[in-house]
Amino acid sequence: MRSWLRHHALSFAQTMGRFAASPFASLLNALVIGVALALPLGGYVLLANLQQVARGLVTDAQISVFLAPDASISDITEIDRRLRGTPGVTRVEFVGREQALAGLKRTPGMAEVVATLRDNPLPDAFVVTLAANEPESALRLEQEIKNLPRVAHVQADSAWVRRVSSLLKFARTAVVLMGTLLSFALVAVTFNTIRLQILTQRDEIEVSKLIGATNAYIRRPFFYLGALQGMFGGLAACVIVELAIFVLNRDLAGLATLYGADARLQLLSPADGLAVLAFAAALGWLGTFLSVSKHLYKIEPR
Amino acid sequence: MPANSYLHCSTSLGTDIISFSQVFKRYPGGYEALKDVSFSVEPGEMVFITGHSGAGKTTLLKLIAAIERATSGTVLVAGQNVSSMRRRAIPFLRRNLGLIFQDQKLLYDRSAFDNVMLPLVVTGHPWRDAARRARAALDKVGLLDRERANPIALSGGEQQRLCIARAVVNRPNILIADEPTASLDVEYADAIVEMFRSFNQVGVTVLISTHDDRPIRKLNPRVLTLHRGSLA
Repeated sequence: MRSWLRHHALSFAQTMGRFAASPFASLLNALVIGVALALPLGGYVLLANLQQVARGLVTDAQISVFLAPDASISDITEIDRRLRGTPGVTRVEFVGREQALAGLKRTPGMAEVVATLRDNPLPDAFVVTLAANEPESALRLEQEIKNLPRVAHVQADSAWVRRVSSLLKFARTAVVLMGTLLSFALVAVTFNTIRLQILTQRDEIEVSKLIGATNAYIRRPFFYLGALQGMFGGLAACVIVELAIFVLNRDLAGLATLYGADARLQLLSPADGLAVLAFAAALGWLGTFLSVSKHLYKIEPR
Repeated sequence: MPANSYLHCSTSLGTDIISFSQVFKRYPGGYEALKDVSFSVEPGEMVFITGHSGAGKTTLLKLIAAIERATSGTVLVAGQNVSSMRRRAIPFLRRNLGLIFQDQKLLYDRSAFDNVMLPLVVTGHPWRDAARRARAALDKVGLLDRERANPIALSGGEQQRLCIARAVVNRPNILIADEPTASLDVEYADAIVEMFRSFNQVGVTVLISTHDDRPIRKLNPRVLTLHRGSLA
């Protein structure tokens, strides 16, 4: 057990020494992996930010229900009752036609227009606030309300919410695809690094086998090399993405002051960063495993 | 280490430490390197294996260390059947053998000291103890003052002695040397043979292949002669 721990420490030290011995090559390797990981990671961060904005919009999903001009008071009460009884509806607000006109008059620039009207063209309306943020349920409710009597027109604000949502879904699929592909790239890069390392250490491996080294002993330093290289790559990816967000935020701040709003991208959380490092290390480990399985056993002493 | 205790157990019983029975080795392509070889070696013996090059000396030694496997027959080393040994067990067999190769197999990317350290590093020895034993082994072959040198900077005789230091640092029960004097001057060769004799005198079983009959005339040891893969 102690000798096992000792060899782990030795493997780790040797691997770090190997990185230090060729800092430029190690840096380039980490950078290649970093760039490959930074693309999906950056996409993920942008998407997470967009999703947050979109979620804020979807919670306000409302449906405007315009009634037929000949709807009577009893019709209105009946519709009001039916709307309140519909599951998924949190608030029902009646906007009478007089009230709507008064509201329109208060809108700057609209008073003159309203003044030219001979009578009130506006219908009675309900503004219905939905509890569910899923666009699917909004669509279902919209259909239900449309079928109520005396309802002339239903305008769902969820139409564009749906568009944003499916767009986000599309982007998410794209990020996942890109992430998967570039993960393969990371595995391939590690595979090759380890292959080269095995070839350069060919003599050492052969001699070690001849003097009684177990396969586990011979494999161990390569696993450290692969996993640590992956981890450095993950670190590079995090740095790249954070730098990009930093630069983008500077530009966004300028944009935001013009619009009088506060818009800035969220940085990676520490948990996300750790997850990236662990994921990259795991991929490095996998690449090493494949490479070692393929190349190490070919080196048998003759 | 289970293999080690196993080894001591069988030697204390006084049985043969190495035993070949009806061993054949056929290489792909049909070449028969060994034909019906049977012999046994008792613990503490010193045995020379002679024969022309191509007679099968190297193959015979490789079978003992499981570097090659017999095509048929049984090779027993310290009670273990090497010819049917699982791959996972081979490293533990080799830890009890001191191997000296014809092509030396020194590592030229590290010092003489680090070359000798390798067998102890592989078995996970504590560093301090390993370093002490490595220096003792280097001292035994007279290379203590060259421990920092790269093997490439050593002479042929010194390189051969470095190989011996690496082979004995693990205190093996069996020492196997393939043509250790092949490329050496007469005095160097004599010094090397003398070294093997001193290891033998402290109880190590020694097997040496050679096509040089000078040491054999001098020491009058037990000799196995191979002729085209068969024992004469």
